This record gives sequence, C-alpha cells and structure tokens, in this order.
Amino acid sequence: MFQNIGEMVVLFWRTLLALPLAWRQRQKVFEQFFEIGNASLLMVCILSFFIGGVIALQTGPVLVERGLASAVGSVVGVSICKELAPVMMSILIAGRIGSAMAAEIGSMRVYQEIDALRTMNINPIHYLVLPRMSAIAVALPLLVIFAVLVGWLGGAFVCFANNRIEMSFAAFYSALRDVVQLKDVANGVFKSFVFALIIAVVSCHQGLVTRGGPRGIGRSVTKAVVNSIVLIVISDYVLTRILLS
Amino acid sequence: MNAVPPTNHQGVALQVRGLRKSFGNQEVLKGLDFDVRPGEIFVIMGPSGSGKTVLLKHLIGLEEPDEGEILIEGQPVQSPEVMAKYRMAMVFQSGALLNSLTVGENVGLYLAEHRLKPPEEIARIVSENLESVGLKGTENRMPSDLSGGMKKRVAIARALVVEPQLILYDEPTSELDPLSAVNIGEEILNLKHRIHVTSLVVSHDRDLAFGVADRIAVINEGRILAIDSPDKIKNNPDPLIQKFLNANLKNP
Repeated sequence: MFQNIGEMVVLFWRTLLALPLAWRQRQKVFEQFFEIGNASLLMVCILSFFIGGVIALQTGPVLVERGLASAVGSVVGVSICKELAPVMMSILIAGRIGSAMAAEIGSMRVYQEIDALRTMNINPIHYLVLPRMSAIAVALPLLVIFAVLVGWLGGAFVCFANNRIEMSFAAFYSALRDVVQLKDVANGVFKSFVFALIIAVVSCHQGLVTRGGPRGIGRSVTKAVVNSIVLIVISDYVLTRILLS
Repeated sequence: MNAVPPTNHQGVALQVRGLRKSFGNQEVLKGLDFDVRPGEIFVIMGPSGSGKTVLLKHLIGLEEPDEGEILIEGQPVQSPEVMAKYRMAMVFQSGALLNSLTVGENVGLYLAEHRLKPPEEIARIVSENLESVGLKGTENRMPSDLSGGMKKRVAIARALVVEPQLILYDEPTSELDPLSAVNIGEEILNLKHRIHVTSLVVSHDRDLAFGVADRIAVINEGRILAIDSPDKIKNNPDPLIQKFLNANLKNP
C-alpha cells in the first residue's frame, strides 16, 4: 500500500512538472474534456435533480411541521453545494471516467502500447496522464457547478409539488439566498477540484501498473474505482475540517 | 528512439557484454556476450522462455540489467549521448499499434509528437512509408480492421519513420500465415539493402532465421549456445541446437 501511495505521489509530481506542456497537448485535453462531459452530463443532471429532491422530501415536512418552512431552502441549498454535489458527482465520475482511464491505460500497458511509446521517446506521462488530469481538473468542477444548480432546482420542485411542504419557487430561492453564500459554492468547487486530481492520479496509476491480461485490466479498474472513492471520502473529511476552520 | 533530426541511415554496431538479469529467484539472462556488426541481420533463435524478449527489452532500454552492459558504437545504451546520437526502433511481437489511433496517426506518431515536421510533410512521409511496406492508402483505417500481417507491416512502417540505424524485431512472424511470414522476411531484407540498417531479430521461426540472417545466435535458458553463419549453425554438433533445429511432430 505504501509503495502505491509513493508511486502515486511521484506520478502526481511528474504530471505537475509537465503542466507547461499541457498547451501542446490541448487537442488531447479537449478530447478528454468532451469525453467526460459527454459521458456524464445526463447522469449528473438526473442524479443531482433527485438528490436535491430527496433532501427536500426528507427535511421539508419535518421543518414545516415545526414552523421552520423558510429553513427548507437553506438546508437543501447548503447541503447540496457544500457536500452532496461535490462528493456524489466525484463518486459518479470515479465510476464512469476513472474506470475508463484505468481500463484504457491498463490495456495499453498490457498490449505493449506504452512500451511502444517509450521506444519512440514519447513520455507516457505527457502523452496519457497529463491530458486526462488536465481535462478532469477542469471538467469536474464545472460539472459540480451544474449539479448544484440542478440540485437546487430539484429541491425547489419537490418543495413546490409536495403537498406537505407547498412552498413556491420564489420562497424557496429567497430562503436559499439568505443562507447560501458564494464561498459555500466555492468550497464545494474547490473540493471537487481536489477530488478530480485524486481520481486522475489513482486511475492513471492503476492503469500504468497493470499486469497480466484481461483479468489484470479488470483488477486495475476495480482498484481504481474503489481506491478513488475511499480517498475522496477521506479527503472530504480533511478538506471540510480545513475549510470550516 | 530520440527526437533529433535524422542524419543518415547507416547501421550501428551493438555490443552486449556479460548481461545478467533475474526476476525474483529466477535468473533469466545468465551472462550474454555477443557483437552485432553494422548493417548486418543478426537473428537470435531459441525456444520460448529462453530469455529472448527480455534481452530485447534491455537493448531498447525498457529493462535495466543486473550486471553487464550494452554498447552502441562503444557507448552505453542508457547514456543520454547515445539516445541523442543514434536512432533505434522496435517492432513488437503484437505490433503494439495504438488502437485508439488510425494507421496513419500510428505511423506519424513519432514525428507529430516531437514536432519534427509540419502536418503536410508528416502525411507525405506516412504515405511513403506505408507504400514501402505495401499498405498504400490504409492511412484512415483503424488497427482493429487490419489482419495480423498488416499490423506487423504497419509496425515496421512506424519504425521506419524514425529512420532507424538499429531495428529490433520481436518474433516478427509469430501468428502469421506462411505467405505473410515470407512478406515480412522480404521486408527485413529490403530494409537491409535499402537503408543499411542494423537488424536484430528475435525469433523461433527457423525458416525466417535461415532466410534472412547474416549470423545466428542460438540461446537456451539464458545462455548463448553458439553464434555463427546460418550454414555453420545448421551443422553445429551441439545436441541442444540440433534438437531445436530439427524438432517436428515426427521427431520431437
């Protein structure tokens, strides 16, 4: 485990050092960016709408019964932008995009494509890792901003449509605006940026160390997703502690 | 192997001195010594698991030896001067084409990634190299659409773009039908005469070895049993060599 962590730190550092080359790789960065957006936008939309809705559904009636109807918008607003959108979307992206990264790079490793790159003096970190990390570091925060907006919409819709809450869209957003500040959204976006780096490093590393045939690729994909999610949840706690203080 | 602009096509000399490599407790290479002369086709033959592919990986710098050294024109292969001065390419057993790229992109990858030529010139060079291996007009096809023999020839075209002075072939005729295998053998001979490249071929294909080799080394369990011309290898009295050369279903 410690060897893996060390290798991931080295991979992250080498990718950071290669950042000035990202502009040269812009075509590949754009392709990856499109891949992430195209593969995830619909899922992000559905997931965040229903997360917003279920938070409203769980908290709304209880708060309304206690005369705290105005707090529903605040609860939904804060919980989505600070916690649920960044964490849930990152887990979704770890499953969809992290697995694809590990599978693609792992298959390139197994079928000697990475060796072929090395023989042409093409650095696999520059060619494979840098574009993926750059793309996901931009795409995931943007997806989270989108998810926050859709999640709020989902919460507002449930508050409006549920007869135990019966709150207008205007009242919902008024309550939300009273509590949610720009820095709350920024907190969530910053977290998602860190999670994006975690997904990229863990998934690319798993791909690069893949051994064996198809079974090895399968193992790498599973490890990439599971390790990404575990690290996302742990770092979420650490980041929340830091951001709260 | 490197990003310097090509200067000439003359083959280089390769020396392997006391090369040893172990993986865990298993010693795969047990002190290999041999020379490959500039411009010759040197074939390393031996049964599966004898250490041939591991040796190739050392020659191209994908593995580090435990002991010994590999010299190109007298300089260690890992030294930056050698990497900067000499051009090497490898044709992998599977072809190792990048499956996400088209044939044309695969062949032009080295030039495009190192920005050695403008895109129009890369397209021209790619087209020329594909034509030279008999695959004109396949630029836009995907590797998955190609047969095994075509993939190997694309891999050779990709190696040629580097304008190599040393080409390493890993089992170039494995998984090929006899006709495709003959085509690949002819291609290796053509390159020798056309660009005077030094070729090191690792294979257990006896027809290929005796058809193209200037000299043959027979390797078994990480040791070289003999190095000689094809005719002399055929008549070598070593029982292990004779067993390998004459093995067939009736005489296993």
